[in-house]
Amino acid sequence: MSILLFAENSQGTLKKSILEAATYAYDLAQKLGVELEAVSVGQVSNEELEKLGTYGVSKVHIIRHEKLNAFANSAYGAGISKVAKSIDATAVVMAQTYNGRAVAPRIAVKLDAAPLSGVTSLVEPANGFQGQRMSFSSKGVQTFQTLKPKVVITVRTNSYRISENPVSISLEDFNFVPSELNLDAIAKEILKTSEGVSLTEADSVVSAGRGMKGPENWGIIEELAGLIGAATACSKPTADMGWRPHHEHVGQTGIQISPTLYIAIGISGAIQHLAGVSSSKNIVVINKDPEAPFFKIADYGIVGDLFEVVPKLIEAIKQAKVTN
Amino acid sequence: MKILVCISHVPDTTTKIQFDEGGGALNKTGVTFVINPYDEFGLSRAIGFKEEGKSVSITALCVGGPEVQPTLRKALAIGADDAVRINCQPSDSAFVAHQIAKYAEGKEFHIIFTGKESIDYNGAMVPGMVAEHLSMPFVSFATKMDLIDEEHAVLHREMDGGDEVVESPLPMVVSCQKGISEWRIPNMRGIMAARKKPLSVVSPQEVDEYISTAKFEYPPAKGACTYFQAEETDKLVDALIQEGLI
Repeated sequence: MSILLFAENSQGTLKKSILEAATYAYDLAQKLGVELEAVSVGQVSNEELEKLGTYGVSKVHIIRHEKLNAFANSAYGAGISKVAKSIDATAVVMAQTYNGRAVAPRIAVKLDAAPLSGVTSLVEPANGFQGQRMSFSSKGVQTFQTLKPKVVITVRTNSYRISENPVSISLEDFNFVPSELNLDAIAKEILKTSEGVSLTEADSVVSAGRGMKGPENWGIIEELAGLIGAATACSKPTADMGWRPHHEHVGQTGIQISPTLYIAIGISGAIQHLAGVSSSKNIVVINKDPEAPFFKIADYGIVGDLFEVVPKLIEAIKQAKVTN
Repeated sequence: MKILVCISHVPDTTTKIQFDEGGGALNKTGVTFVINPYDEFGLSRAIGFKEEGKSVSITALCVGGPEVQPTLRKALAIGADDAVRINCQPSDSAFVAHQIAKYAEGKEFHIIFTGKESIDYNGAMVPGMVAEHLSMPFVSFATKMDLIDEEHAVLHREMDGGDEVVESPLPMVVSCQKGISEWRIPNMRGIMAARKKPLSVVSPQEVDEYISTAKFEYPPAKGACTYFQAEETDKLVDALIQEGLI
């Protein structure tokens, strides 16, 4: 028995969300009294993989093949499953990234495992596993029980605190050759629409809506975000009107995020928007309407004209940075 | 070209979600049930292929009891050609994916559409499992799809900070994200026609359940909001620094 972490790499780097999943996997392994091992697929250096030792991974099985340099959900799923079977893994754990969500279901079928996607807290071993996760677009908490001995878990990003549990680590090449059957889409190119901090992985997000009155006023939002190292986001109407790119739209039909800090500026807080951000850990709302629904779920609020408040906020942060 | 559009019958999460005391089941009183909005993107894209002049037949499929019938009729009204209901409760994602795959097996669908996730469980697992059961390629969170010919498609797949362009052979499974198409409102003619379109009910296959729900409950209530005056931005900053947030 063991726990297997899929240590997904992004251009050869193990991102924060992977380390969160590693911590989760380590904690789960401790609960079960088993080893935590990892599998890596694709182009990433041994040096980078050794970092996993800091997070409790005692062994990394490395799959490298020229056909596996780019992520491909069927081939990666087959390789990861082969490793899982070889080490008799009870659970395969990964971060809930775009690739994670594409490969987890493949592995679940291969291992006849229950798929648990978007968990935020540790599952309990109990005739399978028991645990909780969000449902109904964050309006409810589901308590579930798995009915099969094995699970595939995707850990929601920014939901499980990273901790260091250093162990000595060994790396071993794992022989896996992708099948001749062409079961994968071939990646052709990436159309990048934004640089900087990715919205789904950002710890802090500064978001703005119709209260901004027009796209030409977004400078203060970008300045505030830059100051605190936050990603920028927007409400649906502003994306629909073309004020901001559609990939910044957070909400029910946009992107769902759960950053540590969400600053909402000039956004009323309609249910559809809240569905995308309500599980943010700390919410700051700046709005001139004291009745704005967003204040009901805010941790901090300022009722005022954003065109006065935001520049003052920027100054206050700059001051604080100088004195600290 | 045969297209299967998998639709999920879900509560409209923009309305109030309530759970029964004690039992913790979803309280369905007064809840509007709808086609999962992401599944509707798949249906709409399929209709789009028809409008582009391709010879297409669209089957809408839903796993559920008789209560999902109106949702299936809506899919027909929007433009599916026929509908199928697999007569059982959608116990969990793995169960549902297996039912869909067993239904689709041997029927030679060129494309199987689902939404990127359903708005009740937000799992995003069903389409990938269907693809694995049927040994098909799978593209997730597709924001664009065009057919090169009846055997190949080019798609955009949502990724962090942008889209990835991918080419895939058909048959394939595609889960749909906003951007792949627009929602369509059924018109009067569509609604009338829907009554005559075939809606068949089939028995479920022998398939295991993988997850059971013990209960639902509300998320912990948020504490009260700490307000600052418009001039007190420095106090807000102090509070955020204290909490280690900036």
